[in-house]
Amino acid sequence: MRLEEFLLMRHELVLCAVIVLILLAELFAGKGTRTSIIYFSIGIFLLNVVAGFIPTTYGSIFGGMYRTWELVVDMKNILNVGVFVVLLQSAKWLQTEENEGKATEFILLLLSTLLGMFFMISSGDFLMFYLGLELATIPIAALAAYEKHKEQSAEAGIKLILLAGLSSGITLFGISMLYGTNGSIFFGEVEQTFVAGNLQVLGFIFFLSGLAFKISLVPFHLWTADVYEGAPINVTSYLSVISKGAAVFILLILLFTVFRSITVMWTDMLYAIAILTMTIGNLFAIRQQNLKRFLAFSSIAQAGFILLGLIGGSVLGMTSVVYFVMIYIFSNLGAFGVISAISVYTGKENMDDYNGLYQTNPKLSLVLMLSLFSLAGIPPVAGFFGKFFLFAAAAQKGYYLLVIIATLNATISLYYYLLVVKAMFINKNEQPVPYFKSDNLTRIGIIICVAGMLVIGFASGIWDYLHSISFGI
Amino acid sequence: MDMLTLLIVIPVLTVAGILFCKDFKQVRVVAAIGMSLQLILSIVVAVSYLNERLAGNDALVLFSQKYIWFQSLNIHYFIGVDGVAVAMILLTAIVIFSGVFASWHVEHQTKEFFASLILLSSGVFGFFISLDLFTMFLFYEIAVIPMYLLIGIWGSGPKEYAAMKLTLMLMGGSALLLVGLLGIYFNSAPDGGALTFNILEIAKVHIPVEAQRLFFPLTFLGFGVLGALFPFHTWSPDGHASAPTAVSMLHAGVLMKLGGYGCYKVAIFLLPDGAKELGWIFIILTGISVIYGAFGAVVQKDLKYINAYSSVSHCGLVLFALLMFNKTAMTGAILQMVSHGLMCALFFGLIGMIYGRTHTRMIDQMGGIMKVMPFLGVAYVICGMASLGLPGLSGFVAEMTIFFGAFQHTDMFHRVATVVACASIVVTAVYILRALGIMLFGPIKDEHFLHLTDATWEERLTVITLLVAIIGVGTAPLWLSDMIGDSLNIVIARIL
Repeated sequence: MRLEEFLLMRHELVLCAVIVLILLAELFAGKGTRTSIIYFSIGIFLLNVVAGFIPTTYGSIFGGMYRTWELVVDMKNILNVGVFVVLLQSAKWLQTEENEGKATEFILLLLSTLLGMFFMISSGDFLMFYLGLELATIPIAALAAYEKHKEQSAEAGIKLILLAGLSSGITLFGISMLYGTNGSIFFGEVEQTFVAGNLQVLGFIFFLSGLAFKISLVPFHLWTADVYEGAPINVTSYLSVISKGAAVFILLILLFTVFRSITVMWTDMLYAIAILTMTIGNLFAIRQQNLKRFLAFSSIAQAGFILLGLIGGSVLGMTSVVYFVMIYIFSNLGAFGVISAISVYTGKENMDDYNGLYQTNPKLSLVLMLSLFSLAGIPPVAGFFGKFFLFAAAAQKGYYLLVIIATLNATISLYYYLLVVKAMFINKNEQPVPYFKSDNLTRIGIIICVAGMLVIGFASGIWDYLHSISFGI
Repeated sequence: MDMLTLLIVIPVLTVAGILFCKDFKQVRVVAAIGMSLQLILSIVVAVSYLNERLAGNDALVLFSQKYIWFQSLNIHYFIGVDGVAVAMILLTAIVIFSGVFASWHVEHQTKEFFASLILLSSGVFGFFISLDLFTMFLFYEIAVIPMYLLIGIWGSGPKEYAAMKLTLMLMGGSALLLVGLLGIYFNSAPDGGALTFNILEIAKVHIPVEAQRLFFPLTFLGFGVLGALFPFHTWSPDGHASAPTAVSMLHAGVLMKLGGYGCYKVAIFLLPDGAKELGWIFIILTGISVIYGAFGAVVQKDLKYINAYSSVSHCGLVLFALLMFNKTAMTGAILQMVSHGLMCALFFGLIGMIYGRTHTRMIDQMGGIMKVMPFLGVAYVICGMASLGLPGLSGFVAEMTIFFGAFQHTDMFHRVATVVACASIVVTAVYILRALGIMLFGPIKDEHFLHLTDATWEERLTVITLLVAIIGVGTAPLWLSDMIGDSLNIVIARIL
């Protein structure tokens, strides 16, 4: 194998190097230099993010096990930026006393899952896909149980590992059926021989269930709320944004290529799942008091909206999904950034605690409001554009009824997003969250999110670029 | 930068300026300067529009500018105005200008208040100048959402409930609207070619009738919610009653006109066949709005509720007239939008001023206002007269034109509907005169009313601005109705 071919895996190689470097730094660092390792990791990861944007060549290696093309590279860059923001937002929390000594582990585990996601997105056969999936899942369970002195965190970890194991098993079962009926595990060959026989469809359903678990689509969503609530807040934001985004990306690619011959079939399935996911996610979100649970259910509903783009099955659909996930990353991380900052500085996580927040922390309140508006799809923030195009993708294929259900669901979601806005701006509180000055890294993390939300929508070039590299069925 | 884009830029710059102010005095001065500029600019737009027309420029829209935005979806930033839009821009500028002075004494979170108020107005201006459905929808939503905070924070009474109800109902309306707009977009090129959001382009093609049947109700209903269409009007009384003065003014005066304007510009203009086939359903609904709103106002005791229900009635009349599909009635509808906008803004402004002094809005607790506050009293009388359609004031011009146009239909259904709607005038007289009689001329019921002062200079400015406009439209309506009527020709041509 020539070097140039090897360099096709640039994203993965650079990330591996970053992981090794952090590991080495941990080895040689003295006891008093814990904090600087965090800064070092963030700095070196920033280099990794920048390196991702350097133009590269595309192709496939290892006999087709690993494939990369323009869209995949962009997906990885989107995830890279998201993880960078997560790292920035976690920095302060990692420096707290109870996390003393295990900050590097957090970063290493986080980056390993990212590596898994990269391999998953780039996979050219089911084997590579499965390896990537597992690498992306198992470290997250460790992360969820990161705060080992908290019972809830441990519970979240064990729940996640058990259920993820089960869902992986189901996925694997599906893959084995697909292999048995097609005689190949390579995506390209499966695509050719896929004839929608009973066993093949069954295999597909099992396979889909596994991914649906990762994206927490209804009825595979039951783990979400408990894990999100129990896990440390930065892990929750990582789970709900990066992990979900990566799973959506690979689902998108597989549906549009490998399973294109049964488009009619999966369209029907996703149609029903989309309605269930949006509605149930919304209805449960209304009743949540804990903001982490609240965002967990709202992110379930958001996943339902994403399915509208998949159902489109068109160029517009693919573009809108990638575009929406990108916007969703910024919006949700913006919201989580504020919640995490408040949690770290004051330890408060409930909606009631946010009463009167605007009086003491106006900037954070505004950011949270913008993020929630973006999630709800209110202009001028980017979420409006993302939702509009997702709906357009479904409408293009004539699914107007689905779009009506979705837009009405968006209105319901506005209700509970406004509840938080109401708490911050309208409700009175005797003892509001005290004013605090957040550290620079947290701030940079939040500023990146706000800039993303404000710019991505209006900068039509991003949309047009994604549109030019997308493809339909 | 062109004149129309400036209409959006000035409010945005004003908001930016407000954010840098130190205290509430600076804030209101900046807001006043910004909105005065906006008023001047609007007058300049109107004058140059009329001049262009006089000079023989008969393009569909004037001052149009078009920049590509989302290339692959053929979305443009496309702006331009016709006579109707110019009338709406003038109305908005007058109302927001007087609204700023009406909220001169908002001292609680002044900065945020004026910023939201003016941000809202930038959405309204953007909506009226847009000729691209996507940008139009974008501005529509920008205009609606600040309402939540404006009512929720600075409102009175059950403000949180009212704010949430209003926001959700309007957003629910826009949910239907969004589907309607997407439907129009994906049917905008029935003969092949590029899909488009461009209103003028879509108006040239013929959208398949089946699609029109589906999307006309969605679009009309979507905009109709904002126009207080029965049975989706319930946000309006609660919202108006709880909102602070300037917000009621802007909302009843301008924002509800977004509904009427959208129904005309999108639903009827782009989907004429659907409108013709299904218009009767909405004529019935709007007829109910007109009558129900009027009777609703009769039984109310709270001044704001009276006007909120009267708004439902008057805005119902706008939609009712639009559905008559002839030039006279539709011109009347637009005139009614202008007239009701001015009137309603003045009403809510006056109610706010009176409430600020008497601390009650219940008419049975008031009396003798005319003696202690002659200026406000007289203004209220004139406004009431305009509302019940006294000749010489704007209400008469609008309602006369509407009923004159509506009665041109010779079939039973339209005639009955017209007669029924016409009956609302009588009911209007009942609730207006009752309120006037008790509140202004009745005996003084409360000792402390004797020590109340009349309007201050900024209040007089608010009142006089609006009064001048009402009397102006009432006495010299021809330039306005001609300007509107000429722009309606193309709509009429499409629907016949």
